[in-house]
Amino acid sequence: MEHSEAHMNREPEDDARDIGDSCSSSTDRRSLLRWCAWPILAMGSVAASLPILGFLIGPLLQKRPDRWVDFGPVDNFPENATRLVDLLNPLRGPTDGMTGKMAAYVRRLEGDAFQVLSTHCTHLGCPVSWFQESGLFMCPCHGGVYSEDGERASGPPPRGLYAFEHRVRKGHLHVRLGHLPTLQNPGRSVDV
Amino acid sequence: MKHALQKTWQWFEHRLEIGKTVWPLIRHPVPRELRQRVGWLYVFGSTAMTLFALQIVTGICLGMVYVPSAGEAYQSLQHLNYEVEFGWMLRAVHNWSANGMVVLVVVHMAQVFLMGAYKYPRELTWMLGVVLLLLTLGMAFTGQVLRWDANSYWGVGVGAAMAGRVPVIGPDLVQLMLGGAVPGGGTLSRFFALHVFVIPGVLFITLGIHLYLVARKGISEPPEVDKPVDPETYSEAYEQKLATGDPFFPGAFRRDAVFIGLTLLVIIGLAVTLGPSGPGVPPDPTLIDVAPLPDWYFLPLFAILALSPPALETVIILLAPVIVLLVLFLLPVFDRKGQRSPRRRPVAVLIVIVLFVAYGVLWQLGVQEPWSPHMTAWSGEPVPVRMIDDLSPRALQGAAVLQAKTCRNCHALDGKGGQRGPDLTNVATRLTHDALVRQVIQGGGNMPAYGKELTRYEVDVLVSFLETLKPDGNAAARTSVVTDRRN
Repeated sequence: MEHSEAHMNREPEDDARDIGDSCSSSTDRRSLLRWCAWPILAMGSVAASLPILGFLIGPLLQKRPDRWVDFGPVDNFPENATRLVDLLNPLRGPTDGMTGKMAAYVRRLEGDAFQVLSTHCTHLGCPVSWFQESGLFMCPCHGGVYSEDGERASGPPPRGLYAFEHRVRKGHLHVRLGHLPTLQNPGRSVDV
Repeated sequence: MKHALQKTWQWFEHRLEIGKTVWPLIRHPVPRELRQRVGWLYVFGSTAMTLFALQIVTGICLGMVYVPSAGEAYQSLQHLNYEVEFGWMLRAVHNWSANGMVVLVVVHMAQVFLMGAYKYPRELTWMLGVVLLLLTLGMAFTGQVLRWDANSYWGVGVGAAMAGRVPVIGPDLVQLMLGGAVPGGGTLSRFFALHVFVIPGVLFITLGIHLYLVARKGISEPPEVDKPVDPETYSEAYEQKLATGDPFFPGAFRRDAVFIGLTLLVIIGLAVTLGPSGPGVPPDPTLIDVAPLPDWYFLPLFAILALSPPALETVIILLAPVIVLLVLFLLPVFDRKGQRSPRRRPVAVLIVIVLFVAYGVLWQLGVQEPWSPHMTAWSGEPVPVRMIDDLSPRALQGAAVLQAKTCRNCHALDGKGGQRGPDLTNVATRLTHDALVRQVIQGGGNMPAYGKELTRYEVDVLVSFLETLKPDGNAAARTSVVTDRRN
């Protein structure tokens, strides 16, 4: 009994010392193990987690800028009229299917003066419908209304419709777009 | 034969030791009072858990056919609906079981709240329950995105727009949520991983701890009037109560079994008669004339977003959910002892009634959507015949202007048309000629200004028509100014 009690009261250091007395390299190995165990495990875990975390926040590291898209000859757009244009989103992915399509309202004023407006309501992003008859954009979700030039006319939207940067080159209308416009990231727009 | 079976059982039991672990657990004592009718109120938690299990099984089945690719999800759902044996049935059960789970989780929470079972020593059980509620709603939202029809596509855009309002990190949150710059393949894949792996995993673990606590702390006894919870003495009194308790299995479990069985029958019945949900309009961003809607349990939120004052909206969207969740989560910290019976807790009862009524009212508003213009009313709802029967040519022109300028999208005549603005059936009893002209040209309130859209002539004839809109025999509106020539 005494022997077992004494045995139970031994610390790991006691064992190390005993064994060390007979062979000093074993002590070094054991204390090396004690020092290195947790740091090595930690290093391995960090090494494994970094690429995973990097993957998860990938969309932030891989931001792609909007691209210029050719909307076709300016003659396609009658003056003093607003048209809905269907196009393929330049930032679409390979598996997007029909979700890779995109639409924009093109309003031609006089000559080469244009306004290109997003279909996304500035309130919370629902698609707005254009009514030629009354010159208004109306949103079905919460009742936002915009006038012909995109200015907010009524309802919950906090600002006018998002507008896209555009230019006319060699008789063609080019528009720069791609990302989903939100209040803090409306993209670059051009005032009429 | 019997001997062989017994020996086989013994072989397993010697190794599994179920008799020492699982058996005592399911035989844990429940208070004797649960034998009374009140015991029926204790079944909702286990039923919600059963529906969760049903969701996992039906979800696995659906996962064998559903393709989580933005380009093919829609077609895979159509394939499930029309070509896969029992595909429509599995989709229907998954949908109705989801609805049922949301309802039951809320009912279970309301029951626990009203019976004060969140008080000592079950505070942590309640807190984990709040987390489970949040996870359930998360499953509901991610699930409806997976349907990947127009409602899902625009719904995810709405979610992104809300996330985009967070100060400073808003745009980054949008990118993370969408898995890119715009809703698309990256978004669907992300939501698939959330719906199938992440949230169920967390739910499973949280549910496990929740059940562990239920078993350790015991089923709460039905509350009694004027028997408040006293943390000093509760545990001892409860242990004494359990000494005369019934084992949960098979006795008390029978009521759970009945309710679970009935709920499953109802779910299957609903699935068979009402079928799966959608997919609806394809998720084509060029289809502009859709009216996106969330699934029914989110309609009150939809109504709040429409009715919030614009100045407060961002605060409401971002802060209100945090505050609500914090209040729910910390409830047992502030109210851990005292009366449990609802008869002595009028504020608690009132809160539940008010919340359910508010939910119901907002839900009804979300269904009716009075704030939304009726996009086809201007061409689909003619002016009632009785209103143009004996009009002058000028007023008739005015009626034509009213229709052509899409006024009916927001204004009803004889109840038909949009409800965004007032019904114009009797507008002449409210507004004088000058007031009508001003309203049309300048707008006001929720109405945009039409001054630039109408010629002077059109305004004149339109107002001529509007002035005829009053009941026969009623006088037209008059100003109080004596010198008004039209008196």
